[in-house]
Amino acid sequence: MSTVTVPTTTDHGHAPVKKTGSLSTFISTYVFSKDHKVIGLQFLFSTLLWFLIGGLLALAVRWQVAWPWSDVPVVGKLFAQEGGQMAPEFYTMLFTMHATVMIFLVIIPILAGAFGNFLIPLMIGADDMAFPTLNMLSYWFMWPAFIAFGASFFVEGGAAAGGWTSYPPLSTNVASAPGSGWGQTLWLIGLTFVGVSSMLGSVNYMTTIILMRAPGMTMFRLPMTIWAMFITAVLQAFALPVLTAAGFMQLADRMFATGFFSPEGNIVNNAVPGPGGGQPLLWQHLFWFYSHPAVYIMILPAMGMVSDILTCFARKPLFGYRPMVYSIAGIAGLGFIVWGHHMFMSGMNPALGITFMVSTMMIALPSAVKTFNWLGTVWGGKIQFTTAMLFALSFVSMFIIGGLSGIFMAATPVDIFIHDTYFIVAHFHYVLFAGTAMGVWAAIYFWYPKMFGRTMNEFWGKVHFFLTFLFLNGTFFTMHILGAVGFPRRLADAYHYQTFHHLQPMNAFMTYCAIGMVATQIIFAINFFWSMFFGPVADRNPWNANGLEWTAPSPPGHGNFDFQPVVYRGPYEYSVPGVDDKDHLMQTDPPNAAAAAAAAASH
Amino acid sequence: MKRLAGMFWALLFLAVPVLGVATFAVAPSINVWLPKDVSAHGHEIDSLFYFILALTGVVFVATEVLLFWFMWKYDASVREGEKATYIHGSHTLEVVWTIIPAATLLFLAIYQMNAWANVKMRRPDMPPTVEVVARQFEWRLRYPGNDGLLGTPDDLHLVNDLTLPVDEEVLVQLKSMDVLHSFFLPNLRIKQDAVPGMKIPVWFKGTETGSWDIVCAELCGWGHYKMKGRITFVTRPEFDAWLERKTAEQNSTQPVAEVTGEIVAN
Ligand code: HEM
Ligand SMILES: [Cu+2]
Ligand SMILES: [Cu+2]
Repeated sequence: MSTVTVPTTTDHGHAPVKKTGSLSTFISTYVFSKDHKVIGLQFLFSTLLWFLIGGLLALAVRWQVAWPWSDVPVVGKLFAQEGGQMAPEFYTMLFTMHATVMIFLVIIPILAGAFGNFLIPLMIGADDMAFPTLNMLSYWFMWPAFIAFGASFFVEGGAAAGGWTSYPPLSTNVASAPGSGWGQTLWLIGLTFVGVSSMLGSVNYMTTIILMRAPGMTMFRLPMTIWAMFITAVLQAFALPVLTAAGFMQLADRMFATGFFSPEGNIVNNAVPGPGGGQPLLWQHLFWFYSHPAVYIMILPAMGMVSDILTCFARKPLFGYRPMVYSIAGIAGLGFIVWGHHMFMSGMNPALGITFMVSTMMIALPSAVKTFNWLGTVWGGKIQFTTAMLFALSFVSMFIIGGLSGIFMAATPVDIFIHDTYFIVAHFHYVLFAGTAMGVWAAIYFWYPKMFGRTMNEFWGKVHFFLTFLFLNGTFFTMHILGAVGFPRRLADAYHYQTFHHLQPMNAFMTYCAIGMVATQIIFAINFFWSMFFGPVADRNPWNANGLEWTAPSPPGHGNFDFQPVVYRGPYEYSVPGVDDKDHLMQTDPPNAAAAAAAAASH
Repeated sequence: MKRLAGMFWALLFLAVPVLGVATFAVAPSINVWLPKDVSAHGHEIDSLFYFILALTGVVFVATEVLLFWFMWKYDASVREGEKATYIHGSHTLEVVWTIIPAATLLFLAIYQMNAWANVKMRRPDMPPTVEVVARQFEWRLRYPGNDGLLGTPDDLHLVNDLTLPVDEEVLVQLKSMDVLHSFFLPNLRIKQDAVPGMKIPVWFKGTETGSWDIVCAELCGWGHYKMKGRITFVTRPEFDAWLERKTAEQNSTQPVAEVTGEIVAN
């Protein structure tokens, strides 16, 4: 593929940072900035803040599961009806909003919004995104969503309480649950704005990656991070319209009684039935048509970043670059035909269930290929155990668990028993928390010097890693065996069932671990902010990595590069034989005869 | 010192497969494991579960131990003066680790189909033994009565207490009045969502007399957690006697006409 460079001016309609320090300059530089790096950091700070909120919501959920109806410490007085215990509808709201916040306000925007924005132009050698104004808007469209979700906690009936999956009729029928009033309407509005933001980001990323690569940066010289961001953007662009449309249909069901998702004679809580004519399963199909691809939107960028970090600290070329690219593409493609695995028990035609079982089993294949190639990458390496590397290695270790548990649920007969139990809660926390979130931490420790020009403290980074790793497994691994008992998710109190009454001590253990896990993040927060001002100053390439971003100043100024980067090779030329003065060749290092010969021989 | 740190991290990663396997090994002995199976088909599901557990267990241990071993062996502090291996991949390996998992996964999918069809597709040719109508937050039950037909005046109406004959195939007609629910019988390895507007058949055969939990497994509102029922298996003669007794009780407490048609229209 030929490389096209679009002549872009450094002037995006606003002046480069001036020294006048006037208010309007401040606003255009740091608030309504069109600089992809500033926007990336805005996403990063916002999502980290929501990460904290989501984490606290999780603790409240865990509190109720471990000690149902006991007084909630510290914050109990804020929402308690009597004493300090939570009401069951409050519990349903908590887990709904925990998942909503984590998925739509943390994982999706931190990967695409924060790291996509910050890294794409830097790693492909562009001075900014293709559409800086759209880019700015993609951040500011998150704010209506932040406000809608945030405000929904304070409206009558509280925030949405129908689960993050928002299945009708519970979510469409106002009479069915307290949170199905204004809370649910705000939830749908928030979701729509998140969608708008993602869509703006997605078209921008695709265009930028296709058109604005530096000279010599062919598609097959792109780092895995960029490939992953690119394919994620394509997934977003194709899947999101379906969710947006479904969201509008649900909104219409609620506001205009259109009845897309409600059958006739549907009497909820003795209220007057709606007009009917709809089907609850329709929502599930539309929702999962987006939300299954969305689970890959929530992991592919992390896989890309982890690949880059593993190669850098193993000082080794990526094992199987092309298979790695093809397997991401395979995951994306197959990702569109597996949504029915969320609906095996839904009443969907069971013959269709068989089809979805086969496609779901097959999607484990590209995941397996990726895992083997990561193992191949560390094999024979010269591993430096930096904090970023530890988080990246743990991504691989934990993703194996999440991928394997997927196979149990893909097997329809087994899913009969484990569907909607803690087994599936274990599954998606292994891929999303132990996978993606650990990958995000790896990325933060790794690219922090580029973002802030300083390095985070390694000692406290490792303490943070160690404790998080310990507590996360204590919290989530045990969920597998709870699931094996059939312990159902989303129950405010399951101990009055004969089958589950003996599981309270185990749940208490998990809650202690969860508290430890959240508390550990204090170490991270202090390290993060402290290092911004007092960390050791980083030069351009503190890790001796190969990507283009490491040729720019740390932090890069407006327009990114102080020279025109020209790319001569792929991003993974570590430990090249014949190169004696250093153990890696950056993408911009001019060709070296000995290295070229060695590289040719090894292919 | 560097070497010690490297060993420490490698061992931490070794703890994953070690403790992982230990957790699963200990779980049955502390009773945190599959609950007792009292159904005719449950055995098939459980053995598929164990089969997948064994298969994924092997892959889990193998990959995690490899990761540990590479971390242990290729630590930079033991490779002073050496360079990492300069290799970009291996075509042969890629082919091997694509074909073998592909074949295994495909086999796994095909291997499941019969069990799935037994539970969800091969519906027995018989009239419903009982109708279960889910609503916030209870299970309403309707037995056909002496005429064997649902929707006639002699229907027997009960709530939450599902009694069925043991050692016989039974067919439940599952409906919902309001929102989604899920009819979950942990001890019978049965789960099926109840969907308003749909009549979904569920069939199974209890193999042991006694009584077990009915759990709602699909979020249905604030009272979801307490949507509890009991399923009790009794012998055929006991069942007939029970049905007769309950019908008599119902007739003595309410006039027949009042009860019919009260439950949702189809
Ligand atoms: C090896 C590949 C995977 C397979 C075979 C797989 C399979 C499945 C299946 C069958 C379910 C439905 C379970 C049920 O409802 O009973 C499920 C749920 C889920 N999976 Fe995966 N999965 C895989 C990878 C992933 C990845 C990579 C992610 C995210 C990064 C993910 C996130 C989720 C989530 C969030 C749910 C739960 C949704 C909910 O009900 O709330 N999965 N997975
Ligand atoms: Cu899925
Ligand atoms: Cu329920």
